Amino acid sequence: MFTCLPVYIHPMRRAPHLSSFLFLLLAIVLSIAIGSVFISPVEMWASLTGNGQEITDSILWKIRLPRTVLVALTGAALGISGASYQGLFRNPLADPYLIGVASGAGLGAVIAMSIQWPYSFWGLMAIPLAAFAMGLLTVLVVYAIARIGHTVPTTNLILAGVAISSFATSLTSFLMLRSSDEVRRALGWLLGGSIQAGWLSVLAVLPFLTVGIAVLLVSGHALNLLQFGDDQAQQLGLHVTRTRTIILVAASLVTAAAVSFSGIIGFIGLIVPHVIRLWLGADYRRLLPLSLIGGAVALLIADVLARVVLAPQEIPVGIITALAGAPFFLWVLRRSKNQGFW
Amino acid sequence: MLKIQNLSVYYGDREVLKNIGLEVKSGEVVALIGPNGAGKSTLIRAVSGVIPIRRGQIRVNGTDLTTLAPIQRARHISVVPQAVSLPPAFTVWETVLLGRTPYLNFLGQTSSRDEELTRRSLEQVDVLHLAESRMNEISGGEQQRVLLARALAQDTPILIMDEPTAHLDLRHQLDLLKLISKQAREKNLTVMIALHDLNLASLFADRIAIIEGGQLCMAGSPKETLTTEILRSVYKVPVHVIQHPESHVPLILPGLGD
Repeated sequence: MFTCLPVYIHPMRRAPHLSSFLFLLLAIVLSIAIGSVFISPVEMWASLTGNGQEITDSILWKIRLPRTVLVALTGAALGISGASYQGLFRNPLADPYLIGVASGAGLGAVIAMSIQWPYSFWGLMAIPLAAFAMGLLTVLVVYAIARIGHTVPTTNLILAGVAISSFATSLTSFLMLRSSDEVRRALGWLLGGSIQAGWLSVLAVLPFLTVGIAVLLVSGHALNLLQFGDDQAQQLGLHVTRTRTIILVAASLVTAAAVSFSGIIGFIGLIVPHVIRLWLGADYRRLLPLSLIGGAVALLIADVLARVVLAPQEIPVGIITALAGAPFFLWVLRRSKNQGFW
Repeated sequence: MLKIQNLSVYYGDREVLKNIGLEVKSGEVVALIGPNGAGKSTLIRAVSGVIPIRRGQIRVNGTDLTTLAPIQRARHISVVPQAVSLPPAFTVWETVLLGRTPYLNFLGQTSSRDEELTRRSLEQVDVLHLAESRMNEISGGEQQRVLLARALAQDTPILIMDEPTAHLDLRHQLDLLKLISKQAREKNLTVMIALHDLNLASLFADRIAIIEGGQLCMAGSPKETLTTEILRSVYKVPVHVIQHPESHVPLILPGLGD
């Protein structure tokens, strides 16, 4: 990288990946440690290396660890898909929750759940698949309604997202009322509590996340080009329609997988990429991997808070993210209006 | 050399470009002029592959571009757009480095050669000192020069520009066009510029192509094309044509009507 003058660069800026990995490690340790029974890092290490007490082993392997992994995967998925939607729509307020993809995917998941597949790996796989189909449909509808030419104005995007989102949520509520024996499971899920944590859920979500995240991680350069508009991106050598389609499908796949087992958790996809953009600039080749890690960190911390705020009772993690996210959203809205900094 | 033959473009059923044929030689600067909505921007978008063409050929040194993928096409033609609605958070350096896209792998990894060419392009348009600035921190004239630097970094034989002087003041208009003619001579580039300002076209273009109603009316030297009769019929307003006191090219003054 060319520099005119020797400037002081903060170590965190120089090694963003290293420092974000340290944050991730810390968040993972916290997430495993904190709960109705405290597990100290020493006990944690003992259990992980096979020298722990039986009761600690059982809590760690059957309850804490699958939950920590699922929460981290969900947060990572929301972070990177948020960054990708923002790049695709050239709009800093695009978030899987705000543009309605999450609600659409939620509807799909509830449809799949109300069919009552057996609780097996393949039964569980039907949920993310249905969520993916409905999530993709939602984003296409919102995009078709909101776009003017090649751009998607903020107001249109949010309004179309809210409308489609309400529609999907109403259908979801309707379905839930009809299948009363499924209500408890679906409701807990819908509130965004990561309640369905178990290794089977992790396993069912992993193939979708792996494919989607792999595609998004190599899309940084393409998203950089798209920031200059479709015409310029194409003139610089990008196959615009093909690239857009691939990224849109991958981001929706990742969102749907996240929603399938953790419910509709808002604002992670908005806050995380935004903070990273303020910290390191607009380059999507850095923004995407860091949003992935940052999303995991943010949701792990929110999940820990959800466990301790009203302990021993647990509150849905979606409440925490919305309490932090909604004011942040308003701040971004004001900022982007005033300065056009994006 | 850029050779456009029988080019037709449709928006739906409407034929917006009709049988355009135009040749621009290496080292030559051709200005596209014509009223608003005549098809200048459409021609640029069609030639650069942004919109599909119905009929015709676009050849660069013998290669037909219409059959090429965007990445291959971008090695033949670079386009300087108007500096409007640029992503503000990108730095000048990052923006110009994107000009190397046609030569990068799908991850967009740049080599030291890419960085060297980027640095040289920034130097040529005299914005190297702004490399670390963000796009929203520099003036409109500087933004336009940065976009020219990006096109130069793309390292193509053909350079196309859409109204590059539209938002610039007089000095920046002259600076930019001088820079472009200099680059065209030094690198033997084929340059096509859409311009609204007829006097700038007259001063800087080797030849002028007049587009009206989606058709190429005529192409020729400024003296042949910028005449009272032709301009009156194309723009539907009375004009006076006088001679530039230094370079003796035609200068156009709007008339007040009869």
